[in-house]
Amino acid sequence: MPLRQLQYPLNMFKILKYSFFDLMRSRWSYVYFMFYLLLGFVLLFLNNDISKAVITLMNIIIVLVPLIATIFGVMYYYNSKEFTELLLAQPVKRTSIFLGQYLGVAGSLTLSLIFGLGIPFLCYGLFRSMVIWDFALLLVVGGFLTMIFTALAFNISLSNENKIKGFGYAVLMWLFLAVIYDGIFLVSLIVFEEYPLDNFSLAATMLNPIDLSRTLILLKLDISALLGYTGAVFKQFFGTNLGFLVSLGTLILWTVLPISRLMLKSKRKDF
Amino acid sequence: MKNTYLLVFLISICSMQNVDASVLKICAACPIKSIKQGIVQANANDTLLIKKGVYKEFDIQVNKPLTLLGENYPIIDGSDQGEIITITADNVIVDGLFIINVGTSYTSDYAAIRVVKSKHFIIRNVVLEKLFFGIYLEKSSYGKVYHNKIIGDAVEEFNSGNGIQLWYSNNITVEKNIVQHVRDGIYLEFSDDIIIKDNISTNNIRYGLHFMFSNNDSYTGNTFENNGAGVAVMFSKKIRMHNNVFKKNWGAASFGLLLKEINDSEITGNTFEENTVGISIEGSNRIDYKNNDFTNNGWALKVRGACYGNSFIANNFLYNSFDVSYNSKLNDNLFDQNYWSNYTGYDLNKNGIGDIPYRPVKLFSYIVNRTPETIILLRSLFMDIIDFSEKVSPVFTPDNLQDKNPSMKRIR
Repeated sequence: MPLRQLQYPLNMFKILKYSFFDLMRSRWSYVYFMFYLLLGFVLLFLNNDISKAVITLMNIIIVLVPLIATIFGVMYYYNSKEFTELLLAQPVKRTSIFLGQYLGVAGSLTLSLIFGLGIPFLCYGLFRSMVIWDFALLLVVGGFLTMIFTALAFNISLSNENKIKGFGYAVLMWLFLAVIYDGIFLVSLIVFEEYPLDNFSLAATMLNPIDLSRTLILLKLDISALLGYTGAVFKQFFGTNLGFLVSLGTLILWTVLPISRLMLKSKRKDF
Repeated sequence: MKNTYLLVFLISICSMQNVDASVLKICAACPIKSIKQGIVQANANDTLLIKKGVYKEFDIQVNKPLTLLGENYPIIDGSDQGEIITITADNVIVDGLFIINVGTSYTSDYAAIRVVKSKHFIIRNVVLEKLFFGIYLEKSSYGKVYHNKIIGDAVEEFNSGNGIQLWYSNNITVEKNIVQHVRDGIYLEFSDDIIIKDNISTNNIRYGLHFMFSNNDSYTGNTFENNGAGVAVMFSKKIRMHNNVFKKNWGAASFGLLLKEINDSEITGNTFEENTVGISIEGSNRIDYKNNDFTNNGWALKVRGACYGNSFIANNFLYNSFDVSYNSKLNDNLFDQNYWSNYTGYDLNKNGIGDIPYRPVKLFSYIVNRTPETIILLRSLFMDIIDFSEKVSPVFTPDNLQDKNPSMKRIR
């Protein structure tokens, strides 16, 4: 095997390691980790019921995780831009630089999330409770959301030289997916209320990673009985293996698509 | 002198009756081997003492005032043939029997114990298992159903019966019974002046308690838990519901209590916990809701329209996903001095009453009422934002639907 081919994953791993430890040194990972640790402990201290805490946590995860991942991704990219340009002068493949940086950021954020929430829940006896699978799903969804939104943030910052513009677009993207999308969804449901809307709402939920995560978790929890007829339709879909695979596939697609665009764009970009 | 003879004669007649009330023992080794035989041989007011054993009998007609007393729970096995005990006389007491295997039929309602057009009966300490209908009271009155245990094995609504059914009966007390796994735990139709007290009705296929066209009844201290749909009270007047517990009626079409066309009633001191809908109200007028606890329900109250002159005073609404849902802009019901755990106001003058009114109807619950599909946006950030803006300046929700004096502390 030629040396160059062997070096590619090796270099990427080196850059990943560098980015990861850079974030560790800058203490932002710790701050993020401490935030979730504190949140977990406070939540469990206040209501002491793990299954209720999971519901409250869901509300926080589907809003905060995307927001933090977005801002973190944009910030990291712009901050390490000079170093990136330095690296580009070296005989290292471009994709391995950007992929390495991306995985470093997304990985450290995901680890902070998992440990930050995992430790308090373990202390309060997660393994002895029935909600361990709900909690696992919550963490998986949180991990996916981090991956997706960091990738989107990298894409936006790569396409915008102007920092302010980049930040603006990134926050707008978060706002769109977290809030505005639901508004449009709601309005279209009301406008077309005369028509059968089951398939439409299924598709609309699938297209937005935040909505998809929310629905996946809601259907796993007791609260799904509130969803009535619509919930039954959703449960019928998501409850089957096919539905689960499709939603998992959608989340993976949401992760892979921005990453591949990132790779494509980084190859062609003129620095 | 003649009067004295008459007196002696009368006294002797009276005492004759007492002497006559003898005890007939029934067992495998006794002269009387079956209950049917015992009834034929017994005189009015006798006691049939049924010893421990298995009696394979059905269609037992009790047509004299008798006491059927079981010793150590004798088993009466109907072998799935049909009705087991039918009471057609007044003053019958059934006590301490274990009745199993009532026949299932699609054309007639076979019951373990049926009381037909009789008065002053008592059915107590009876255990029923593998039944179709349990205790069926038909056009009877002034009786008591006390401390029985009815455990069915119902799976489907169409081929199962009710635990305790009252049909055109009045002045009856149903107390301390346990009813499980039947279609309707307790069912009342055209039955007035009934007292239902301290029963436990759980895990039934349809309703824990079901009222139809029955007036002037009261039910207190009962527990209704984990029933298919909850408790339904329909087309009745002057019902008093006190201190009952409605719990865990959780499912897409379940509710704690359904009120449909109920007028002039009282609902006080009840607990509604973990139901999809605490109380679903439809076409019910002039009802006083007082001192009830609504805890952890999906909807605490779902008001579906045509409800006028109701008052909700001093109730606790604790951690429900939606406190009140309303489908019209018109409001003629009074909410006052309740405690709402979602209340975010303040109390500057420290009198225990919030200074700003509480609006229990969220915009989201209004939207969901209009377009049920929108429920899929439950717990979305967008919904929280528009709920907040509606709270600040109400546009869609009924303007006068508010609690002007919300309590700051939970009402005990």
